[in-house]
This record gives sequence, C-alpha cells and structure tokens, in this order.
Amino acid sequence: MIPVEFDYKKAISVEEALEALSSGDSKLLAGGYSLIPAMKLRLNQPSMLIDIGGIASLKGIEEEDGQIIIKAGTTHNDILNNDLIKTHLPFFHEAASMIGDVQVRNRGTIGGSLAHADPAADWPALVLVAEATIDVVGTGGKRNIKAADFFTGLFTTALAENEIITAIRIPIPANGSRMVYLKFENPASRFAVVGCAVLRSSDKKTTIAFTGVADYAFRDTAAEQVVSGKILDTNTIADAMNAAVYGVNVLSDNFASEDYRRHLAKVYLKRALQAIA
Amino acid sequence: MQIRVKVNGVDYTHDVEPRLLLVHYLRDVLRLTGTHIGCDTSICGACTVQVDGNATKSCTLFAVQADGCEITTVEGLSTNGELHALQEGFKEMHGLQCGFCTPGILMTMDEYLKINPNPTEEEIRHGLKGHLCRCTGYQNIVKSVQYAANKLKKEEVPV
Repeated sequence: MIPVEFDYKKAISVEEALEALSSGDSKLLAGGYSLIPAMKLRLNQPSMLIDIGGIASLKGIEEEDGQIIIKAGTTHNDILNNDLIKTHLPFFHEAASMIGDVQVRNRGTIGGSLAHADPAADWPALVLVAEATIDVVGTGGKRNIKAADFFTGLFTTALAENEIITAIRIPIPANGSRMVYLKFENPASRFAVVGCAVLRSSDKKTTIAFTGVADYAFRDTAAEQVVSGKILDTNTIADAMNAAVYGVNVLSDNFASEDYRRHLAKVYLKRALQAIA
Repeated sequence: MQIRVKVNGVDYTHDVEPRLLLVHYLRDVLRLTGTHIGCDTSICGACTVQVDGNATKSCTLFAVQADGCEITTVEGLSTNGELHALQEGFKEMHGLQCGFCTPGILMTMDEYLKINPNPTEEEIRHGLKGHLCRCTGYQNIVKSVQYAANKLKKEEVPV
C-alpha cells in the first residue's frame, strides 16, 4: 500500500515547523505510527509532511518546580526507561510498558499520541487523572491547555490546525499518593478496549479517567465523588462501580459490544480501586 | 529527495520519492530481500529492521525519515559467514516453519537480548509481542531465543 504523493520537509526547529505548517494542507510527522498507516490506506492525504522527529528541543524529560515535564517528541520507550518517571509517576511507567509493542514504543511519541487522540490510546487517561497541562505553540504564540479541556471528540482535540504540542507538564503527586493504570487490551493491536487510570492522594482526593470506552477519554466525576474522602472498602467500591460511566455514550465494535464494554469499565474500575486501597 | 543511509555497514546515497517506504527501499532499491512484507498494516512485524539499533517496522517508516541513520537488516546479522547466535538457535531448535516472520523476529530479539540478556520464558513471550507467526505456535521460537541467550552468555569473556 502506497500513499499519495506528498512533499516532505525535515524541520530542525519548532519555529521552522510552525512556518511550514502555516502553508497549505500540511501535517506534522513525529513517530508516524498512526499517521503512516492512515496515509497508506489513503484515509489521510496531506500534501506535505513536516517531520518533527529530529527536533532536539522536543525530546527529553525534566523535573521543574514540582512538575515532571515530558517534551512532546519523547518516545514511549524513553518514558518507560526514565528514572524520574519511575520515581514520581510509576503509573506512567506501567502504561508505557503496555503500549503496542517494542517497535511502536521505539518510534511513537507522547505528543503524537495526544494530538492524534485515538479513542483507545493509553496516554489520554493518564494525563487526565494526573491533571496535566499541555503546552502548545502556534503562529499566534504559546498557550497551555488543561488536559481536561484537551480532548473534544473522536480523534479531535482543542489543538488548532497551526499549533504544535511542545510539552506535557505533570504535577508530581504528593507523597503517599497511590496511582494505577489497568487496561483490557485488544489482543492484536494492544489498544485499550477499556483502560482505567486512578490517582489518589493520602487525603483520599481521587481522580478517575477512562479510555477506550467512549469517543474520547474522559474523567468520571461521578465515580470520583463516590470515592473521594472515603475509605475504599467493599461498599464504597461497589457504589463507585454503580456510579461509573453514567450517561456516557459507550462505544460498540467487533471486539466489544456497548454492554460488554460498559461492564468491563466497571470491572476495571473495581480492580484499579482494589489495587490502590 | 536525496538520502544517505548506512545499511549493514555500507554507505548508500539515493534519490527517492518521499512516499517510498523504507521496506521498499531496502527490497527494491538495495535488493535486500531478507526483510519481508507481511501484513503491510504495521501489525505483523515481518518487516522489522533496526534503525540506529532500535527495532522498527520498515513498512511504517518512509525512507526519507531514515536519512542519516544506520540500518541493520537480517542480512547484516551474521559476521564473516558465521551465523549469529539467534540464527543458530532458530536452526537448532526448529524456530521456523515457513520462515516468513523469522527475519523480523531476529531483528527484534537481537535488540531485546542486548537489553535483557537473561530473559525468562515469560519475558521472551512479552518481547515477541510485535510479531505474528502463523506456523509454529511460538513454542520453538521461545526455545530458539533461549538457545541464543545461553550461547551469547557463554561467549562473554569472563571478567
């Protein structure tokens, strides 16, 4: 399968990429593991690809002012092997280990995954519960988008057409916080049929997010309210399961019907809460 | 556009279309047909090569993206006609039947054994996630990788 013809430009800086992005029907290429398959199927036919895979300023993981900053072009594998992540955000380490396969982890980037906003991608659930901020830059300047405002629909985000994600800022969870990411993966693609992330501080404030369940990853505020401030005993967990995924338009496909997926989401919430109880 | 790559230690410069996939560059331009096209949809792993040492599906990378990179294909695995421990393992332990998936598996496992020289059976199976084999049921693939891991350990010079 061969994509339609396109022009190719290798950007060496974010500024250069932005300039190229403002002209015509161009698209950014990072790892390419989502974009290239779509182009091969001709579902996507950009006239120009701007390769941002070689921009050094978009790579790396740093700690700054109580935050972990993951630059957008950092690969899943670099996140998996990073000591700051292992120490401060162990569930990011866990999630990275579950993404696709080693070839995907070697090329795929966190910024690319967030911008692509696949409804079954792993990172969206993680950035939502961690209350991360997504730094973007466009021709009009820089702005910061809260993860909660970032995902707006199926493969759709708050990112404007001429904007690039530069970094993901994650507040380091307070000492004593518990965090977990569990997923029921599609056995072929390893995408999440259901993924559930939970972050709970020692004062029992809890955030919960699902991916794979609906058009886009979401915070389950109803389930959060049930468990926040309470001891995670059997009754509370059962109440959270009842409250979870309420009013959500649940996806249905060849792998999981709507009812099955809804059931799975509740089961994975139960397992996640038990794991951090 | 012009690209310069080093493939199995040899430098090449070619003019390629941006849409040329790396796997087609390797097979059709360089005639290195050991790298196979399996599913062509980024799933099966048969086309896996190493780009700067990292296992990569060459059907999901444009040749222009590999400009300036060092690429190793299955043809680059043996040294001076001597089989690599993994190749020997697959031969001795019957790790292949039709052999179509084998080149990709060798390239991923070569990277894997450098990172984890003492894998458990479960770890090997986890490491094989990016590869589909429709013949073997994986049993002998796992044994072949174990054979290679043991052989590579014995080859290490004791400190």
